[in-house]
Amino acid sequence: MSWIGRALPRLEDPSLLKGLGNYVSDHARGAMHAAFVRSTVAAGDILGIERPDEGLVFTGADLDGVGRITAVLHRPDYRAVGQPLLPVDRVVFPGQAVAVVVAADAAAAEDLAEQVFLDIEPVDPILDFDAALAPGARAVHPEAPENVLVEGRMETPGFAEAMAAAHAVVELDLRSGRQSAMPMEPRGGVASYDAATGRVTLVASVQMPHMLRTGIADVLGIPEADLRVVAPDVGGAFGQKMSLFPEYAVLVWLARRLRTRVAWIEDRRENFLASAHSRDQAFTVRGAFAADGELLALEADLRSNVGAYSCYPVTCGVEPLMAFGELPGPYRFAQYKARSRGVTTNTCMMAPYRGVARPMLTFTMERLMEKAALQLGLDAIDVRRRNLITSFPHRSPTGVVYDEGSYLEAMEAAVAHVDIPAFRARQARARGEGRHLGLGVSVFSERTGYGTPVFAQRMMGIVPGYETVDLAMDPSGNVEIRIGASPHGQGLKTSLAQIVSDEIGVTPDKVRVISGDTDATPYGWGTFASRSIVISGGATKLAAEATATKLRKIAAMLMEADEASVTLADGFARVPGTNKAMPIAELARAAYHQSRQLGMPAGIRETGFYDPAGTFSNACHICEVEVDIETGGVRITRFVVVEDAGVVINPMIVDGQIAGGVAQGIGNALLEELIYDEDGNLLTTSLADYLPPTAVEVPDLEIIHMVTISPESITKAKGVGEGGTIGAPAAVINAVADALAPFGVEMNVMPATPERIRAALRNAKVAADA
Amino acid sequence: MPDKIAITLEVNGKAYPVTVEPRRTLADVLREDCGLTGTHLGCEHGVCGACTVLADGRPVRACLMFGVQAEGKAIRTVEGLADGDELHPLQQAFWENHGLQCGFCTPGFLMLAAGALGENPDMDDEDIRDVLSSNLCRCTGYQNIVKAVRIAAAEMRARRA
Amino acid sequence: MKPAAFAYLAPKTLADAVAMLDRVQDDGKVLAGGQSLVPAMNFRLARPGALVDLNGVAELAGVTGDSSRGISIGALTRHAAFHAPPFEGPLADLMAKVVRNIAHYPIRQRGTFGGSLSHADPASEWCLVAATLGATMHLSSTAGTRTVPAAEFFQGTFTTALAPNEILVRIDLPPLPAGWRSGFYEFSRRKGDFALAMALAVLRTEGGAIREARLGVGGVSDRPHRLDAVEAFLAGKAPDAATFAEAAEMARGAVRVTADIHASEAFRSDLLGTVVRRALAEAAA
Repeated sequence: MSWIGRALPRLEDPSLLKGLGNYVSDHARGAMHAAFVRSTVAAGDILGIERPDEGLVFTGADLDGVGRITAVLHRPDYRAVGQPLLPVDRVVFPGQAVAVVVAADAAAAEDLAEQVFLDIEPVDPILDFDAALAPGARAVHPEAPENVLVEGRMETPGFAEAMAAAHAVVELDLRSGRQSAMPMEPRGGVASYDAATGRVTLVASVQMPHMLRTGIADVLGIPEADLRVVAPDVGGAFGQKMSLFPEYAVLVWLARRLRTRVAWIEDRRENFLASAHSRDQAFTVRGAFAADGELLALEADLRSNVGAYSCYPVTCGVEPLMAFGELPGPYRFAQYKARSRGVTTNTCMMAPYRGVARPMLTFTMERLMEKAALQLGLDAIDVRRRNLITSFPHRSPTGVVYDEGSYLEAMEAAVAHVDIPAFRARQARARGEGRHLGLGVSVFSERTGYGTPVFAQRMMGIVPGYETVDLAMDPSGNVEIRIGASPHGQGLKTSLAQIVSDEIGVTPDKVRVISGDTDATPYGWGTFASRSIVISGGATKLAAEATATKLRKIAAMLMEADEASVTLADGFARVPGTNKAMPIAELARAAYHQSRQLGMPAGIRETGFYDPAGTFSNACHICEVEVDIETGGVRITRFVVVEDAGVVINPMIVDGQIAGGVAQGIGNALLEELIYDEDGNLLTTSLADYLPPTAVEVPDLEIIHMVTISPESITKAKGVGEGGTIGAPAAVINAVADALAPFGVEMNVMPATPERIRAALRNAKVAADA
Repeated sequence: MPDKIAITLEVNGKAYPVTVEPRRTLADVLREDCGLTGTHLGCEHGVCGACTVLADGRPVRACLMFGVQAEGKAIRTVEGLADGDELHPLQQAFWENHGLQCGFCTPGFLMLAAGALGENPDMDDEDIRDVLSSNLCRCTGYQNIVKAVRIAAAEMRARRA
Repeated sequence: MKPAAFAYLAPKTLADAVAMLDRVQDDGKVLAGGQSLVPAMNFRLARPGALVDLNGVAELAGVTGDSSRGISIGALTRHAAFHAPPFEGPLADLMAKVVRNIAHYPIRQRGTFGGSLSHADPASEWCLVAATLGATMHLSSTAGTRTVPAAEFFQGTFTTALAPNEILVRIDLPPLPAGWRSGFYEFSRRKGDFALAMALAVLRTEGGAIREARLGVGGVSDRPHRLDAVEAFLAGKAPDAATFAEAAEMARGAVRVTADIHASEAFRSDLLGTVVRRALAEAAA
């Protein structure tokens, strides 16, 4: 019986359910606490810092010998800007940490922080694209006089001709507001200095422990050997916890300086203000369509507000360049002209948030398909049919190669499942009663599981991507795998245990997965970009295969059988068709204690290494809504996902990833927005103002799986972590637009709040008592 | 400034004598003075519900009560749900139905559900979803949490019968 | 986000409570349910030097009376007490209907009726009930007890007639005998969020016409508004959509709405009309 495809309840759960989880703040007891003194001004010159007479207070001037956090892309259009740990001359975003205090506990640290006065001469902040790109605008950073930190441009040779030949050109301006990944657990770290060794151990709520070790060691100028980073249980991350924040480097510096244990546990307000933001983008596109709906050429001007700094290590290029490179999505057109800019402003830096650029680019393409259909008098599903990629591998105009996928088939399956004609009938009846139902579709591809081959193309100063897995079986037959990925809710330990069990013939309860501790795991890249099951899973499978080979060899010797005839399953090595059988535990013991007799190197230890080019999963989302045109309120009444992520290792876990992603996508579409006022004050600094969805706003999903096997993933699984966030916003907003179709309003802004919906209706002269 | 106050808290049926500043919230007292770190802090302004515990059987936000206010109340936290090694039906249902991913919001949801079902064991689906909208989860999309609570409620009713 | 330090006082009687508050009135505050005050303290937006915790003063809790005589609500009565009110009739129906809109279930276990009124958040549902029904507030201090009608009690955002050394101890709601029906409609971004606009309508209809009305709106400006002029308009009118539409327009003209990050003036004004119409429709159903 195979372990692949089984909905095994997670091995991670019992301790979490009993409240015995081990999050960073659980490590803070008895530690001193640090609190950061943050700028209340968005931009300005630091004239002075007044300290109280007593208490431990440190500023940038005290941090001698430390460097700046500098993320690098080796591109001529990239402007590298280093982020100081604690600035000495100027602040560039509201909430930037300027000083740090240390006290006996968190409350005392806040008391002390209040006594530090920052004297900052404000300058007019640059907050949005228009201000940053205006001719003669002040430079946010001297290194980038035009306020553009990265820019991609391209034009295919046949573009102009294709544009000219168009039957119709469809134009769209789309906008996504700024949003927060908002994990339930904010950031935090506990840094402990070990007097015996001079090393510091940093326990931190992070997604990339090895990278954090490298980055902090580099910036503090210490050997990596002197630092151990441990990611414990992490309460959600969604990309927000993958960057090196100055707070972590300062924390390690403090531990070394004070030779003690220091904790920094961020509060929710700080998390909104000073961690990382996302999604703040404006896209302008022009699509050249033939009369039959074929998309011939696409022109795009993409702007991303990347905030005050370039996130380390993936750089601020992530959003603008992914948008640039993957805008074509699942559509086949060959002629493309695009310009994508990462614009710097006096706001919190942008860093990856689940989906990264793809929620916005999917929103763009799916609104384009709808608008084209309207303009051409065609059915929007037919327009998609005409344009979806059906032949693989497919090379996009940006050079991205798409492996086997089911873009068209997934859409057809979703459309059939939903029964659109029946919906249209219900919609018509409802309109007669003054109720406004809508249906929205989105089709998208999700790039997953890509290793250095893709990251290297970006010319990153630090090229992530590979994974190593070290597997060891002990004499009792239990397996331990040490991985460089760093899960934070994805159930990776269970999925990997299933892969190991399937190969080696043990049961998952005998497999222990060790992650997160840089002293105990091979150097890896953590968990982000829907990579872990593909890359860490692939490396696991390779290590497990090698282990199975050795076990079969031992079994063959001990059972005097032919190696090729030995099977491993349910804890036993067997020769089918005979009564020869041995517990795998005995094989393990023999490997360690009878190595002489076996005549092979003792023990069972194997390493797997995997660094693939990656694969694309895909899905179609269909959403039904009811819009209250008097209040602008939107209720989601149905949500269908047809998902193709290849072979599913654990269906419960995969469905959970989809459901969580869709919920965040619904938040993106309708509820969530970070708002700065014109002085650069962040107005949304609490959960009373920033509104993630609750159980009432998220319906139960109908999820259907398809399986396309790609040669690009040795486990045959594709990544799936981000799909929910990528497709949901477009489906929801297309549904709202469909509901409001009789009024002829455009819905091209996320989130589509009641305020915006009412404003659109008011402009179309629809009274609130229609 | 003001002195610490000596109080004895009753948590999960056990007495915890502690001495705390009045400004310490019940959540912080439970976590740091009683060593019960299962109750989590996600916002400290009463919205996310990760800090939910039971006070005299009612679900409350432990970040909005001061520790000194909890003396004389029977406090129950997630650490007190299981009966030794035997999981509470809610815990069992969450486990079997993938009702948690990162686990940070989970203790709050468990205590919220335990308290709500304690008051109204016969909650229907709409009531369940309504009550569960009191707490935030960022990982699961809520679907499996609703399902787990529904299944646990049925199990709890059956055991009572 | 830890609060600033404070001295903690825990009286057991009302007499002790007002004496303590009198002593610390310069920078002290009363602590009831804490569901509004403690978040503010955690953010350090509120930094009282002393807290007088009323939760141990048993005489402040409890509800007496009924719909036909009116009810008297002890200030420390928890919101949750109104999930299943300890009395019957139109007033009970109204309270049970409104209470489901107050925040969320765990908040309602601790939050108090008197605390909500004293805090005077413009989006408070109980403040709207008190204003619309014409409640009478009982305020106690070391100088004794005085009464203040709702119309004078709510003076602005987070501002009431309470002096720094006064405690709201009891709230009287007038009778709503058989024949009255209530309607309540609130619009918020998500279930349980602060109201962007809400309306409470209570109607007594007879012979196909409205005989008497109570109508109030909240969440739209700095305090709840009882709409006396619209109440007068409604008297004698047929309880139909046309009447309610006209009432809604009058309401929109009568209240100056505020703008914030959740709602512009234009949007709030739209909402004001909509919530009035829907509350009236429910009361007439």
